[in-house]
Amino acid sequence: MPGGATVQARVVFSQLMEDLPGALASDLDASFQSVVERMGPRVYWGLRRMYNNHQEAEDLTQETFIRAYKALSGYDTNRIRDMEVEPWIWTIALNLGRNHMRDRARRPTYVELVETGETDPEMIDGAAWDRRFSELNRHQRTAVALRHVVGLSIGQIAQATGRPEGTVKADIHRGLGRLKTIMEEEG
Amino acid sequence: MIESQLADLMGDLPEGVSEGVALGTGLADGYDLFESPLGDVVVTFNPKGVSSVDLAEGDYASRFESRYGRPMLRAEAPRSWATHIPRALAIGTPGELPVDFRSVTEFQASVLRTAASIPKGEVRPYAWLAHEVERPGAVRAVGSTMARNPVPLIIPCHRVVRSDGQIGAYSLGGPRNKHDLLSHEGLDPSWLEELAARHVRIRANTSTGIFCHPTCSRIRRSKETNIIDLGSTDAAVSAGYRPCQICRPH
Repeated sequence: MPGGATVQARVVFSQLMEDLPGALASDLDASFQSVVERMGPRVYWGLRRMYNNHQEAEDLTQETFIRAYKALSGYDTNRIRDMEVEPWIWTIALNLGRNHMRDRARRPTYVELVETGETDPEMIDGAAWDRRFSELNRHQRTAVALRHVVGLSIGQIAQATGRPEGTVKADIHRGLGRLKTIMEEEG
Repeated sequence: MIESQLADLMGDLPEGVSEGVALGTGLADGYDLFESPLGDVVVTFNPKGVSSVDLAEGDYASRFESRYGRPMLRAEAPRSWATHIPRALAIGTPGELPVDFRSVTEFQASVLRTAASIPKGEVRPYAWLAHEVERPGAVRAVGSTMARNPVPLIIPCHRVVRSDGQIGAYSLGGPRNKHDLLSHEGLDPSWLEELAARHVRIRANTSTGIFCHPTCSRIRRSKETNIIDLGSTDAAVSAGYRPCQICRPH
């Protein structure tokens, strides 16, 4: 059954994430690389669907983890131990993304360089998904990507985005509906 | 189902991201190879500055990791440093290049910063450095600091010689390299050894009344017939000479 392996992978992943705050609190430098390994693909692929662009998603992913490390270096161990790492990382990623979009809006737009796809790790129809997601508004893109690509719970998405759970649910519902319509129109 | 299609959109982390994070956080240092008077050297850098210089020979990556406790990754130096590094290696002083001193103690860092002020083509004894950092008794500690200099060539520990005037040891590939570097800077090592053998520590100019370290540019510009050789600063002072304000013999 398609998706079965993914569900199982998610269960294992959430178990891995549970012992992470303890490891980070006791030795940040030694355990941080495992945060990048475990969460890096999730952050990249989530951002990729929110920003529809490989280069931006890659830059934002890198910057997110650098900021996270700097923040953790300044936290005391109790604060780290009590953390829910993934929604916290997503708060950083979404803030960076917002600032990045705002800065970009202020700058004059030159000709957009189109990625040739050489460095783009997306398999078959990445460009198609970039196009479909670009038809959703920002909140819908964020909520759908976090719920269905990354696999966060509604509660975790609410925490990361700072939006109420009911609103998050509505964003996901409308976003999915929009994607379905777009795909039906594609035939 | 659209939901399962979306769940399948997760792939691997693109190449280079995790390295970028390691470099940006300082969990790994970047490295690149540069030319130096001793041939190619490996220079490592992180957000705090340049962290090490080593000969590009043997397993330099393992040497770095065992000394500094983090890996090195091939990377391009930050744009402004990319021009400062070759210049620092050629001149033998950091200039505007920041140096990461976290691998040494506060005392060692101040000794190294002071050593960086010794001009190209000149040498100073360990005892002079100890005096300059206001720890005149710490001559041995100054010696071991030179041996632990993380950034030789950029911080010119090759310009620091034994207090008896002998050229002494060198951490970057041994004393032969120290001789070569000093020759490269226009100093004749055999002249230095000869002064040491004659117990000459100080040279004074009889017409100006000023005494200097033998390699100070001021005394080297003086007419040889006006120069007398002395065994110590005390001897110079009691003969009525004044210390040079440039090379500050103590």
